[in-house]
Amino acid sequence: MSTTTEAQSHDDRGRGLHAVKVGARRGLREFRISLRNPEDISFYVFWGVGIVVYLFLNRREVIEPVGLTVPQFALAGILATMVVFGGVVGPAFALVTEKEDGTLLRAKAAPHGIRGYVTGQVVLQSLGMLPMLVIVVIPTAFFADRLMHRGAVGWFGVAALLLLGLAAALPLGIVMGAVARKPSQVTTWGLLPVFGLSAISGVFFPISAMWGWVQGVAQVFPIYWLGHGLRWAFLPDDAAVVEVGGEWRLLEAIGVLGAWGALGMLLAPRVLRRMARRESGSAVEARRQERMQRLG
Amino acid sequence: MAETVIAVRDLRMRYGSRDVLDGVDLEVRRGEVITLLGPNGAGKTTTIEILEGFRERSGGDVRVLGEDPARASEEWRAGIGIVLQSWRDHRRWRVRELLAHLGEYYAPYGTAERPRPRDVDELIDRVGLTDSADQMLMRLSGGQRRRLDVAIGIVGRPELLFLDEPTAGFDPEARRDFHDLVHGLVDLEDTTVVLTTHDLAEAEKLADRILVLAGGRIVADGSADALTRQVRARAEVRWSRDGQRFVHAADDATAFVRSLFVQHGDEIADLEVRRASLEDTYMQLVHQHETGSSPDPGSGFARPADVAGTGGEATR
Repeated sequence: MSTTTEAQSHDDRGRGLHAVKVGARRGLREFRISLRNPEDISFYVFWGVGIVVYLFLNRREVIEPVGLTVPQFALAGILATMVVFGGVVGPAFALVTEKEDGTLLRAKAAPHGIRGYVTGQVVLQSLGMLPMLVIVVIPTAFFADRLMHRGAVGWFGVAALLLLGLAAALPLGIVMGAVARKPSQVTTWGLLPVFGLSAISGVFFPISAMWGWVQGVAQVFPIYWLGHGLRWAFLPDDAAVVEVGGEWRLLEAIGVLGAWGALGMLLAPRVLRRMARRESGSAVEARRQERMQRLG
Repeated sequence: MAETVIAVRDLRMRYGSRDVLDGVDLEVRRGEVITLLGPNGAGKTTTIEILEGFRERSGGDVRVLGEDPARASEEWRAGIGIVLQSWRDHRRWRVRELLAHLGEYYAPYGTAERPRPRDVDELIDRVGLTDSADQMLMRLSGGQRRRLDVAIGIVGRPELLFLDEPTAGFDPEARRDFHDLVHGLVDLEDTTVVLTTHDLAEAEKLADRILVLAGGRIVADGSADALTRQVRARAEVRWSRDGQRFVHAADDATAFVRSLFVQHGDEIADLEVRRASLEDTYMQLVHQHETGSSPDPGSGFARPADVAGTGGEATR
């Protein structure tokens, strides 16, 4: 008897894994679909080019007391904001709209479909970062003199930190999207706070220019720490003077990002289970009605 | 006798203080096609959603394919097909792309007699979407979208298929195709089908058994024929005499017509005797329920008869 149960649970693990693979292919396909969609392309280009133009126009502006130009200093913080913003707001909006349009219910109707759907979101949102990263980093590398001070180690650090940042942000975004009932809630609880945090996290000017308590708030959240880690990777050692405490704190950065990731991953499965349990045709229909009233 | 696929006893569903389902009992056997009829708000969708495992119930025993849907496994899920309503999901996906993707989830659950998923191109052909296979969903017409919904519902070759108003928005040809498809699923693959509809002709055509849900209970259960007999509605007799038209509802149409001829002989013309249709039966069942009257043979059918004539009441 116990062997049958074991065999069954082994079977089920295999099938769960199969759904993860199906979901990964789903994410790839959705990414390809977004690349053939003019709206998505213009979104990438508009923001990407906007950032590059800003950096280019300020390429001779020097930030004291580090003696670095704006593109050199700000690129790390901009990448951090992009990753946290995309990682939180991207899946949150996707989930809340796809609850509303019935995509999630279709996933629920298939065996292990929600697992596949969430995997698909993780893959899609992670890949969705690439066009912006490419559009921003490659041109900036040409006019920001000496962008990378640590060479290969630095680039490896950048890649690893970006992945860690994604791991911190994506579960939070998924939790937010699962809890939110309508897109405006994602704006209130996701979009605006991330904008606010990027303003106080030392992205465009050193955080040491902010008041002490603001520095304290910024240090609770991932944007400052991801930016800090990336600045460590990009900038020379003595640029640490403008960081909080005047030194590089790479371990703390990894610790805070890891803690956010762990918190998100602890919450996400519970919240997703609750969300999936509540999905039904009449729930989708009710939201559709509500949406039509909202749009008047 | 075929194995029981759905067994429901005393199913209850309560929202706040309102009982939407108030003790539903039903049983469905393998290969049966049953139709749930009932006025809006009678609890059809709630019942189906509970059976699909999409909604938790307030009380009662429910077994679907041997498991409790509220706690069922993913393997169970693979045996269930659901034709959802059309929303705006996957707008940017193409037809073949989406069917292939959703079908993939079922691959580990295939068996020799039920290979899963279905071949996608064959399925597309079967629902008549071959010409739109590479279209984006947002460019499909309403009818095409509905055909795709049906295709998605059966891509995993389900043992049990739920259809909630599947033919809403179908033109007559699409409706005919859909009926052929359902007959095919039942005859060739022994699929059990539970559907809701507002189209009584469709219910009559497709269903082995019709269940009428009203006020949170099943008020009738049987074939279309049996239901009509159960209600024993009066037949409607129409005729004309001296250029005037008459209508009368008769408990015993044969005896009434005989007396008519005895009384008026050759003056009777345009004689028509119409038995109660499923629609009449249905209207009467629902009406009885709503007015709270006990089944009173014949009472409901008096409505269209005695007021419809232009020539006044027929004499006996």
